[in-house]
Amino acid sequence: MSRLRESLVELIRRTSAEIPDDVQSAILRGLEQEKEGTIAKSALEIIERNIDLAKRKSQPICQDTGSILFYVDCPVGLDQVEFEQEAREAVKEATRLGYLRQNSVDSITGKNDGTNLGTGSPNLHFHQHASDDIAVRLVLKGGGCENVGAQFSLPNTPLEANRDLDGCRKVILEAVHQAQGRGCGPGVLGVCIGGDRATGYEFSKREFLRNLDDRNPDPKLDELEQDILSTANELGIGPMGFGGKTTLLGVKIGAANRVPASYFVSVSYMCWAFRRHGATLADNGEITGWLY
Amino acid sequence: MTHHLSSPISEEAIRELKVGDQVLISGVVFTGRDAVHKYLHDGGALPDGVNLDGGILYHCGPVVLKEDNGEWKVTAAGPTTSIREEPYQGDIMKQFGIRGVIGKGGMADKTLAACQEHGAVYLHAIGGAAQVLAECITKVRDVHMLEEFGSPEAIWEFEVRDFPAVVTMDSHGESLHKDIHARSGEALAKRR
Repeated sequence: MSRLRESLVELIRRTSAEIPDDVQSAILRGLEQEKEGTIAKSALEIIERNIDLAKRKSQPICQDTGSILFYVDCPVGLDQVEFEQEAREAVKEATRLGYLRQNSVDSITGKNDGTNLGTGSPNLHFHQHASDDIAVRLVLKGGGCENVGAQFSLPNTPLEANRDLDGCRKVILEAVHQAQGRGCGPGVLGVCIGGDRATGYEFSKREFLRNLDDRNPDPKLDELEQDILSTANELGIGPMGFGGKTTLLGVKIGAANRVPASYFVSVSYMCWAFRRHGATLADNGEITGWLY
Repeated sequence: MTHHLSSPISEEAIRELKVGDQVLISGVVFTGRDAVHKYLHDGGALPDGVNLDGGILYHCGPVVLKEDNGEWKVTAAGPTTSIREEPYQGDIMKQFGIRGVIGKGGMADKTLAACQEHGAVYLHAIGGAAQVLAECITKVRDVHMLEEFGSPEAIWEFEVRDFPAVVTMDSHGESLHKDIHARSGEALAKRR
């Protein structure tokens, strides 16, 4: 097996089995603030136990190992065809080893060939940059949380949401309320204000690459992130929708330009089983460091 | 208080359960998700060896590996989102005598009405807790319709011990999901 393929299998294993530190810290903070004896507390205790167990056994944190999203930053000249081929083989191998569930279904025939390979699976996003470094990030996004994502077109009359940040706030909180516990809360929101329908969702997912503890460099978006986080946690939805104080672990918001006629707000929801890791690679494909 | 449930479950035992009760489930459970619900609702027959009377159906698509000795090993087995089965669940529950449905995210009015009429509960497991829940599966007894539906969608027959869940919809018309939805909606209206 090529060095690159080995590295990508290891990236998949680690992403599927080990929750990143920033997410685990946020879950622990949630656990501390829930009241003793509540079902919210016992839900978070099971979640915490699950995180430890998955890491110890090197097995999937969640059985829905999700959509497989690679984000690759690479120098000009990296052979993307070869990289993609190695990534596909790595996915096949990781599936055989049980790090990924046989999770990819032909939408027309309903057939699942057990390899996780097909149109759009895995999904690779390449970004060339003016640097010699290769960095590959992986997000595994389960279907339960993907299904509660929402896209709003502003203005929205029933929600009294206009084309401004207050309107964005209203629709994002509406998405939290609609989701209840169905996205396996406590979750994290990735939001894009603007873009078109496709890039809006695409950029909303890129927000999940940010560290949960970072702060938005744009003061207006930072304020909106903090406001939505604290307001959502006052709604009493709680872990799994059982009620409680921990509804969201984080909110990350970015913006993209739009055409004058459109004003989309795209909200992606990530479950507590927030699977995201990344590694820097040497030219020969070897892992030289971890990004989270 | 924590209740212990083991299939086959009587209607009386189910009627004792109330929203918010924590339960530990032992005995046999069958998995079934989207493909199985649609198949049964379309009039498909239960495969030989699958008996849901007084039984528990688990909305789950596990990761199961075949070991070298031919035995199945469950490596991850948390619940999947249940609401997708809302169009089918109530009818299937009544037709096959199901007393408990394990899943996540809760279900809606049609299922709640069937729970009340037939005597059944919805048992909410912790979504994503695939390892803790896989540890509760002590044995894979069999698998049905693996060829037709593929591994995540097949009917897996598990023996479980002390599988933790919370009653979030009971047989008295109460639903924690409805309640939290309404209360969080009021809280949001004040903060809009």
